[in-house]
Amino acid sequence: MNAYVGTPTSRVDGRAKVTGAAKYAGEFTAEGLVHGFVVEATIPRGRIVRLDTGEALKVAGVLDVLTHTNRPSLADKDEAWKDEVAPEGSPFRPLYDDLIRFNGQPIALVVAEEWETAKFAATLVRIDYEQDGFATDLEAERGSAREMDKPHEPRGDAKAALAAAPLRHEADYLIPTEHHNPMELYATTTVWESDGKLTVYDKTQGVQNVQKFLCGVFDKKPEEIRVLSPYVGGAFGSGLRPQYQVVLATLAALALKRSVRVVLTRQQMYGLGYRPMTIEHVALGARPDGTLDAVSHEAIAVTSRYEDFSRNDTGWAEQLYKSPNSHFSHKLVDLDVSTPCDMRAPGAATGVLALECAMDELAVALKLDPIELRLKCYSDRDQSEDLPYTSKQLRECYARGAEAFGWARRAPAPRSMRDGKELIGWGMATGVWEALQMPVAVRIVLTANGHAEVSCAASDIGTGTYTIVAQVAADALGLPIENISVRLADSTLPQAPVEGGSWMAASSAHAVLGAAEDIRQELARLAKAMPGSPLANLDAADVTLVDGMIASDGKDGAAVSIADVMRHSKLERIEKEKLNQFTEDKSHARNTHSAVFAEVKVDEELGVIRVTRVVSAVAAGRILNTKTGRSQIMGSVVWGIGMALHEETMMDHRFGRIMNANIAEYHIPVNADIHDIDVIFVDEPDSRINRMGIKGLGEIGIVGVPAAIANAVYHATGKRIRRFPITLDKLLD
Amino acid sequence: MNNFQYSRASDVADAIRLLAADPGAKLIAGGTNLIDLMKENVERPSRLIDISRLPLRDIEETADGGLRIGALVPNSDLAYHPLIEQRYPLLASAILAGASAQLRNMASVGGNLMQRTRCAYFYDTTTPCNKRSPGTGCSARDGLNRNHAILGTSTSCIATNPSDMSVALAALGALVHIAGRTGERTVALTDFHRLPDDKPHLDTNLGSGEIITAIELPPQGFARNYSYLKIRDRLSYAFALVSVAAAIELEGNAISEARLALGGVAHKPWRSPEAEAALRGQAATPDHFGRAADLLLQGATARSHNGFKIELARRAVVRALIQATNATPQSQAHKKIA
Ligand SMILES: Cc1cc2nc3c(=O)[nH]c(=O)nc-3n(C[C@H](O)[C@H](O)[C@H](O)COP(=O)(O)OP(=O)(O)OC[C@H]3O[C@@H](n4cnc5c(N)ncnc54)[C@H](O)[C@@H]3O)c2cc1C
Ligand code: SF4
Repeated sequence: MNAYVGTPTSRVDGRAKVTGAAKYAGEFTAEGLVHGFVVEATIPRGRIVRLDTGEALKVAGVLDVLTHTNRPSLADKDEAWKDEVAPEGSPFRPLYDDLIRFNGQPIALVVAEEWETAKFAATLVRIDYEQDGFATDLEAERGSAREMDKPHEPRGDAKAALAAAPLRHEADYLIPTEHHNPMELYATTTVWESDGKLTVYDKTQGVQNVQKFLCGVFDKKPEEIRVLSPYVGGAFGSGLRPQYQVVLATLAALALKRSVRVVLTRQQMYGLGYRPMTIEHVALGARPDGTLDAVSHEAIAVTSRYEDFSRNDTGWAEQLYKSPNSHFSHKLVDLDVSTPCDMRAPGAATGVLALECAMDELAVALKLDPIELRLKCYSDRDQSEDLPYTSKQLRECYARGAEAFGWARRAPAPRSMRDGKELIGWGMATGVWEALQMPVAVRIVLTANGHAEVSCAASDIGTGTYTIVAQVAADALGLPIENISVRLADSTLPQAPVEGGSWMAASSAHAVLGAAEDIRQELARLAKAMPGSPLANLDAADVTLVDGMIASDGKDGAAVSIADVMRHSKLERIEKEKLNQFTEDKSHARNTHSAVFAEVKVDEELGVIRVTRVVSAVAAGRILNTKTGRSQIMGSVVWGIGMALHEETMMDHRFGRIMNANIAEYHIPVNADIHDIDVIFVDEPDSRINRMGIKGLGEIGIVGVPAAIANAVYHATGKRIRRFPITLDKLLD
Repeated sequence: MNNFQYSRASDVADAIRLLAADPGAKLIAGGTNLIDLMKENVERPSRLIDISRLPLRDIEETADGGLRIGALVPNSDLAYHPLIEQRYPLLASAILAGASAQLRNMASVGGNLMQRTRCAYFYDTTTPCNKRSPGTGCSARDGLNRNHAILGTSTSCIATNPSDMSVALAALGALVHIAGRTGERTVALTDFHRLPDDKPHLDTNLGSGEIITAIELPPQGFARNYSYLKIRDRLSYAFALVSVAAAIELEGNAISEARLALGGVAHKPWRSPEAEAALRGQAATPDHFGRAADLLLQGATARSHNGFKIELARRAVVRALIQATNATPQSQAHKKIA
């Protein structure tokens, strides 16, 4: 029964969000709540030699200034600081010692009765540093890059094949550092409960991750700390790891034995994680017919000096394009900056941008249509593991996308299409992402009044988890969606990993199915046992929950109402909790795909670029909710436009400081930059990947978008910009 | 943010008295620039003198047929005022090219004239900046200076004035009415803002105890042939890389009067009598527009990242003049440069 799954069901939390009833981490309050304000380091590397808090402490209303010298104890082993998704290395510990590792590092927390008081007093904290030599410039330090893990083994001899290839394209593509800038500021409210336990409201993508982390850092027992994050105003990967404000709020609560709230400013959020600046070097060797002989993709990316953050930037050609020879390398440059972190489609957003621009350049060199080139190289297997896919409707994405876009009418030569003063460019690119799934547990409590509460520790970071969980539960339990209430993001609820990697839809949906299945079994057993039951002769396997009834699957129409069964069994509630584990299947590769088509119009004289049309055709298995799913893809396209044209974190390397740490100067697209966005979901039945055929949608939508735009800009202007973002100055002669 | 005192001025004289009594005091109108700067600790006033309720909200006709606009008229009200829409659409257009609807609702005319540069170093108190801390140096000269000035710069400062409204006012030949302890005075808008020379901490020629009470528009409004063309890094809600206020009077195809002002290129709205003179009496053709643009940009110099502005400004001037000639001014609502 699919009354809800696959339909454009509106967000079940939509009303709460637009009316303000939905509470975010920085909005929870408690009796005697006090406020912390962070003092940040203003140098990128060195040591604090003097930290004078005297003046700050004199301000009326200031309760304390916590620093590395007077704070309560913090764990001293890296292991305690390693959260579920920490990379290799030694995680940053706020207020731990006198070392400065990056500009914007928190070095003190002023706690006061009022937030304004704390903010003012923070300006009175005097710090003297001993500054050390530092480096923050990836391009300047490129020579010191060191090789990281090789995500994909080389095949054949790419070097020789490249040298021998009749046609070669080789170039560097440079993608700047980008920050997530979620609308909601990072915030934590740590409530000091009367029994000394802590309830922590945190902006995070994983409450259990934060809970375990805090227990480690503060040496607490699991029952002493509870973490909640019922609503998250966007995070995009920045909330996968616990951020420093949760440590500071909790530290202050322990120091003062009071409830403490810490809200970061927008500027301070530029001291958290980010998408690392990356130099992508792509070399393609081809034959005149458009088949590939060699692919080489090397990435050089920023990381901090204390952790090695890296993602799969380079391996995507293994999935997309057939080539007998391939070579991949990922290098890191250690700089005096904070550790980068995941940002929507980490690795792919950047790596595929370079690969897809390179493919476009190759198509130009070969005088082939960009889609034709991609079809010639189309790979039905994941070449790195030599595996078939559980499903791969990428060909269909190209076809449907091209059709909707009108690609056939494209004049191939650059600068050959125009509309008045504007040059028109049509570009396309491929997107690819992983279809991951993780163990998740769900508890369902069905009450005799026909309501069900579904609960799980998973977060909904705005992606729509509340809604799809409700949809799947409503269908599986045969109840109207209004009768389902969903509780998420409380560390005391059944197990869930961080919400990321696009794995939560598949993972939570199957966990709901599992728990609902147990409920059904239980109801079937009870129904059979009822005297005179019409289902007496039926097996549990032969009944379905539908419209509040336990109904026979057969044609006899036999059914009893769930309410009757429960009343008769004298049950007020049936509660089932189930952990869903996916069986590991290494025989197939699992990916989502897309084909993105973009139209740009470029003012020939002024260089002003407009993205007037985007068509994104996505193959991502079963789409649970076409409305929230479409929103995910649209939002991703908007972000992809920003990645192509606007976003860039600008650092002055003389100071090692970010100079546009605000959303007036860090540009993202505004409404005026957005025109038509057409989302097509290509049918992709997949009975192998999991029972429901779900692959996830959170990230695929951005991959390929910036490349399609860059390729369109080339088609419009004849100018190939390989240093992103493509701002108008780069197009002026 | 520092601790400050707060007073509400009861009238203009009271505001002037309060200013004189406390050299660290600052006037606050809409607060959209001052509060931001206070949050960054760039401005640290000892006292805020709230003038937002003073009766300086009128728009009235002057004896010679111009308009007098009170210093506290909100930017939105000004842009949508029928007399401005009909007679000075260039001004309406420039205002609507700036900021966002919410900001324009709060922002006042006086505050807009007084808004400070968006130079990133000016905003970051940890970096040297002669404008913020005289004598410390200019970080932008050899730093991130893509948004910086190409005209009228000094070795001390290469910042730009970010106001859109002021660019139109400069082109229209507006006057600024000022009140101070010694009485009232009037200066031309083009003399109101300063070039940085060796005192970049002074943005304007407003004296320390003075308050802007009004601006005045002369009768000539260029309501037919005008355009405000703003080029920026996204289509809305960004400061100008370059903006052009173009206004001409045409007799047939001949230009009888011309005004050109550039924004985003200097420490003040940039006008050039030579450029405008070169247009007068000429046919309205792209060639003549190009010549005027060259004159307007005479002496332009670039630092490491802002060289593109010279060519961009030249092309923008030509485009704006074409739009003005055709009576097809740049729309601030369309998602497109015409
Ligand atoms: C995100 C953002 C984007 C923006 N984008 C643009 C843009 O694209 N284009 C643009 O032009 N502007 C832009 N602005 C700036 C905006 O126009 C100004 O902030 C606004 O005009 C200031 O007016 P206000 O009344 O709020 O000034 P306030 O903040 O109240 O005051 C600013 C200064 O003016 C002084 N002052 C105010 N009134 C008087 C007076 N009567 N006499 C003497 N001094 C006075 C104050 O003492 C203070 O120093 C933007 C601002 C923001 C925050
Ligand atoms: S350009 Fe002017 S405002 Fe900017 S750093 Fe230099 S002195 Fe300061």
